[in-house]
Amino acid sequence: MQHQSATRVVTQPQNDAAKSATAESAVEIHDLHKSFGGVDVLKGISLTARQGDVVAIIGGSGSGKSTLLRCVNLLETPTSGQIAIQGEPYRMRAGKNGALVPADRRQIQRIRAHLGMVFQSFNLWPHRTVLENVMEVPVHVLKTPREEARARASTLLDRVGLGDKLDAYPSFLSGGQQQRAAIARVLAVDPLAMLFDEPTSALDPELVGEVLSVIRDLAAEHRTMLLVTHEMAFARDVATHVVFLRDGIIEEQGSPTQIFESPRSEHLKQFIKSVA
Amino acid sequence: MAELDIVSPPSSPAALSPKRILVILGEPHRVVLALLGLSGLVMAIHLMDWAWLPQYLPKLGDGLLMTLMMLVASVIVGFLLALPLGLVQVGGIWPLRWLATAFCTAVRGTPLLLQMWLLYYGLGAVFAQFPEIRGSWAWDYLRQAWPYGFLALTISFAAYEGEVMRGAFAGVPRGELEAAEAFGMSRWQIFRRVWFPRAVHRALPTLAGEIILQLKSTPLVATIAVTDLYAVITQVRQATYLTYEPLLFLVAVYLCLSGLLILALRWLENRVPTGQ
Ligand SMILES: Nc1ncnc2c1ncn2[C@@H]1O[C@H](COP(=O)(O)OP(=O)(O)O)[C@@H](O)[C@H]1O
Ligand SMILES: [Mg+2]
Repeated sequence: MQHQSATRVVTQPQNDAAKSATAESAVEIHDLHKSFGGVDVLKGISLTARQGDVVAIIGGSGSGKSTLLRCVNLLETPTSGQIAIQGEPYRMRAGKNGALVPADRRQIQRIRAHLGMVFQSFNLWPHRTVLENVMEVPVHVLKTPREEARARASTLLDRVGLGDKLDAYPSFLSGGQQQRAAIARVLAVDPLAMLFDEPTSALDPELVGEVLSVIRDLAAEHRTMLLVTHEMAFARDVATHVVFLRDGIIEEQGSPTQIFESPRSEHLKQFIKSVA
Repeated sequence: MAELDIVSPPSSPAALSPKRILVILGEPHRVVLALLGLSGLVMAIHLMDWAWLPQYLPKLGDGLLMTLMMLVASVIVGFLLALPLGLVQVGGIWPLRWLATAFCTAVRGTPLLLQMWLLYYGLGAVFAQFPEIRGSWAWDYLRQAWPYGFLALTISFAAYEGEVMRGAFAGVPRGELEAAEAFGMSRWQIFRRVWFPRAVHRALPTLAGEIILQLKSTPLVATIAVTDLYAVITQVRQATYLTYEPLLFLVAVYLCLSGLLILALRWLENRVPTGQ
């Protein structure tokens, strides 16, 4: 990936002993602010995910988790702050009222194509079959030859247990199957980082397990992930790093053991108790 | 636009198999209705005067052709105009939005007959006053009646469908477009690959009804001396002093056309099962 040291404001994370010194940062967020119509939703977030990190983002409803995740692929434009993907910062410029606006649409599209997002409500394209959904971005955005994309898409769908549903339309699948297809759609772009926004919140309880087990496998392969979730046991299991968000700031962060076994802040203690 | 692909592969679970058609046709009320219709037909053939029919067949054929051409041309061109009309009402800048809304409201709020006469007698008379126009190649067309009939029908269809498309564009779930955005599609790609095909699919059921309505509006062109099927039938009535036979014939033809249109559009709709 491109390095533009001159424009990088973000401080390098300190490599702790456990991580190799070569681990590159996949997502770097520095002093991110976001307000909606004067209401501050994110109030200075700095966060780094290195390659292979699984960062779980937890926190109460309305604490800004989705907004944070959506800033990473610029579905929301930050009011201020920097975000860099694999060392490449988004090019932004100051707009009329001082808030940032994207300066280079093509750059954003290029980076987005390598940042898959998994939504709470799946958001598959209902007018295309499952296979076509997974082929769509490789063929039309990444310009992969169709046959190659097809072969890869069916391998990926096989992997998430949908090998027999290639030609089904999304509305004929269960929620769990749709979400697994959505994960395959992300895998098809060889994501630099995967963004999950409460991937199991819209599912019936009996379907949650099948989706979590797919995500667990991906974590085991050391895929870089930012994962907003309410599944605390799962976060504790798969995350390398847990971030507790409250009122638009990171109130506490650390290893799963630190966060879940010896939380320091009162709010975090209460939060863990409330969702347990 | 070869890839618009509103209708994807024919793996349609809602498709009608021959066996299923037989079952549907075999339902008691349908059998009774069919028998009633058949006896009506037999009576009509025996008790009424159809001697005029063979002699007028060529003229009726020409009239039918004119009716179909008016319908098909105005539906196609009208729909092409309806797309931008609907689109700017959903996402356009305000002057365009305002213009489109004003156009749709004005056209939908006045009788089509009136619009047709205004165009034919008004615009036609204006054109005739300019020697430049009278001398140009266009005059060959502009002094005929059908361009005005076609124009009035097209404008009317565009206005009604503009309104339908506005609703259809607005109704495509935000998340489906957001997914496309998150995967790095350009605005044009989002429109072409997701927004447009989804909106058309959502509009199809309404569109089917509107095309039937359009068919039933075509006889209005007879009032500005376009010889469509209705106009031919009027000539028959004047020449033969028959009332019911020509009118019944007209009813039968319009019914057949409506039926065929309904079947064709339903087939189109079923090719992409969305199962809302
Ligand atoms: N597009 C928006 N416009 C206005 N307010 C928003 C918008 N998106 C989110 N918010 C507000 O920002 C706050 C944080 O929202 P969100 O990031 O969705 O929280 P979470 O995902 O943690 O539940 C909420 O108070 C929400 O109402
Ligand atoms: Mg949320």
